[in-house]
Amino acid sequence: MQRIGVFVCWCGSNIAGTVDVQAVSDALKNEPGVVFSTNYQYMCSQAGQNMIKDAIAEYKLTGIVICSCSPRMHEATFRKTAESAGINPYMVEIANIREQCSWVHKDKETGTEKAIILGRTAIAKVNLNAPLTAGETPVTKRALVIGGGIAGIQTALDIADAGFQVDIVEKKPTIGGKMTQLDKTFPTLDCAACILTPKMVDVAQNENIRIFSYSEVKEVKGFVGNFDVKITKHARYVKEDVCTGCGLCTEKCPMKKVPNEHNLGMDTRSAIYIPFAQAVPKVATIDPDYCNMLKNGKCGLCSKICAAGAIDYTQKDEEIEEKYGAIVVATGYNPISLDKFDEFAYNQSKDVVTSLELERLMNAAGPTGGTLLRPSDGKHPHTIVMVQCVGSRCSAGARKGKEYCSKICCMYTAKHAMLIRDKYPDTEVYVFYIDVRTPGKNFDEFYRRAVEEYGVHYIKGMVGKVSPEGDILKVQGSDLITNEQIHIDADMVVLAAAIEPDKSARPLATMLTASMDTNDFFTEAHPKLRPVESPTAGVYLSGACQGPKDIPETVAQAGAAASKVIGLLCKDSLKNNPCIAHSDEMMCNGCSCCEKVCAYGAITYVDKEFRMPDRTTQIRRVSQVNPAVCQGCGACTVACPSGAMNLYGFANEQIIAEVDAICR
Amino acid sequence: MQVEGYRPLIVAFCCNWCSYAGADLAGNNRLSYPADVKIIRVPCSCRVNPMFILRAFQRGADGVILCGCHPGDCHYTTGNFYTRRRMALLFSMLDYLGIERERTRVEWVSAAEGAKFAATMNDFARKVAELGENKRLEDLRCKQ
Repeated sequence: MQRIGVFVCWCGSNIAGTVDVQAVSDALKNEPGVVFSTNYQYMCSQAGQNMIKDAIAEYKLTGIVICSCSPRMHEATFRKTAESAGINPYMVEIANIREQCSWVHKDKETGTEKAIILGRTAIAKVNLNAPLTAGETPVTKRALVIGGGIAGIQTALDIADAGFQVDIVEKKPTIGGKMTQLDKTFPTLDCAACILTPKMVDVAQNENIRIFSYSEVKEVKGFVGNFDVKITKHARYVKEDVCTGCGLCTEKCPMKKVPNEHNLGMDTRSAIYIPFAQAVPKVATIDPDYCNMLKNGKCGLCSKICAAGAIDYTQKDEEIEEKYGAIVVATGYNPISLDKFDEFAYNQSKDVVTSLELERLMNAAGPTGGTLLRPSDGKHPHTIVMVQCVGSRCSAGARKGKEYCSKICCMYTAKHAMLIRDKYPDTEVYVFYIDVRTPGKNFDEFYRRAVEEYGVHYIKGMVGKVSPEGDILKVQGSDLITNEQIHIDADMVVLAAAIEPDKSARPLATMLTASMDTNDFFTEAHPKLRPVESPTAGVYLSGACQGPKDIPETVAQAGAAASKVIGLLCKDSLKNNPCIAHSDEMMCNGCSCCEKVCAYGAITYVDKEFRMPDRTTQIRRVSQVNPAVCQGCGACTVACPSGAMNLYGFANEQIIAEVDAICR
Repeated sequence: MQVEGYRPLIVAFCCNWCSYAGADLAGNNRLSYPADVKIIRVPCSCRVNPMFILRAFQRGADGVILCGCHPGDCHYTTGNFYTRRRMALLFSMLDYLGIERERTRVEWVSAAEGAKFAATMNDFARKVAELGENKRLEDLRCKQ
């Protein structure tokens, strides 16, 4: 039996005004386990706290009930008081008789009656409280960033800046991501490469950062502070530390008909290639699908001409194992496939391009060297139609496209229109839109400049059909403001395709036990207050893997994720929340119901040896809760059919005792 | 059917992060609701075992209400989705047993919805009071 002390607070007149505090402390004196009961004006004051400490010493109290304001207010205060007087902080319970009693009930009689019931409920609970100690787990001071786009780069740089080791895993042969394909960036129109490539070089030269390019995460085990990660480094058939990046092999390679993914297949590259001039690491990679030497053993030219001797046709995929304290997901986005959007004739005509393809066509390092030419015949286009919301903001019933707004399209469309009008004043640009959404610093000004200064024709309405006829594209659309059908003979059509999370995100989420929404975007721990953390402790989100984002937002989120990681890695060990689930191994039958409902992946199964009553041993599968990962929601305790799962601090017995005390 | 001076006994389970804070906010704003409502704090609405609700009825509660974060806003991401499913099952079982549907309820009350909390409790307490005492599920052997 506990020895419980009850302390009723007046809170000045806040409680004492509508609750007879003396009657409450007198009534609670007779409850089971209570050895001391008193009331005082302000329990949270220094004098009140000393009163608690003195009573603990004098009456050898083992449990404390404080009838006062909400536990959200002063639970921590009173726990500290108890701890300083030598009893476990988790032996304190609070009966909320201010916010949930005296402030909401005007009548003193009913108020007092309810306060007594709330007091005895807390006493019933404390009687079943057990001392809890927060465990500690050490933290591995190294972070993993998955994805080497601008989000991953910024996160890695910020973490490395704070003095921690960071590894970047990038599946492509170079870091840089989508931003390397862009021409100019809105709303300032500075060139993407000019602001990105110095950052890529910073990453390469930072001693705290390792880059695993052409690599993928294969397996993630462990939990916050202690992740064990297996990374597969794909064979690039070139020794990374030997290759000087001179590019001679790419010139001499006889196989030159490989679609160049960096230019979205609009031109070709050789089978041994460096994706682009500023690639980091600047190392050649052999494409095994096209290399004659790897396919049928006939060629070997690159190895003959390589002065450094970097070519190694026998290279194998390498597996790397490393421990990390924190993982940042920065897997980014891709434009959606337009296969289901036949009305825009994307697959019929080469002159119908996506906005990302237009970026390459306007980029000085692109297939046309920066001159805007029609992909079909290389002629200069005089009329360009841009279509927004292709696949964005589709109704759920449409069975194609995405329901969400892709967020960046309005701005890049305005940018493209503006750049084209600036460079080729004889080219007319028409933009079909549903809404123009430009909430952002200097964004609306930017869009208005496109309309007012550059004379871009914005038409509110959607394009119904694009039909290629000869070398022109007949665009049929509607203007919702004048309510007219519009026919434009265009030379080029540019589609602002919706963006979706990278395909690698879903298997990764499974590995990390991080949750995703229906669109495969990673979900954050709290949509407003914890936007860069995933619900899985130690896993953070950076960039468009969490939702569509432009570059400034991505960089801001990357920095925020980095600061969260730094906050975690600064600690030598993590103090766990002691109010967590635990399983009674003798009762557990290993059914795995609890594991399925756990949002955090805190529950694992182990085969354990048990001594049976007849002195034999038996191996049974039982569940185990990882105290460093469990957040203490209690979903598993209800899911458990055998009642083996229970929650410290909110045990089944405790809640039932509370129910009984209320219903007495 | 109502007895003179009859006050219903209502047990409210509130999740720590949203509804309990919502109840606190109702207090801060002095929005009154009947004293018949007694709140039990749980970490998440998904901590509430249907057994707790049956226990309350067995011990003589006249109504039980379960409050959690709005779907999609759960502090533990998916907790209230489990609650929603579990309670749908429990309520259909109670329905089968002939327990009035109005005696049980699940409500989503966020930490900012003090007014909603008070309004919900007023409405629930009134409906339960109209139904009168819970005689069907109460176990008289539990009465002291």
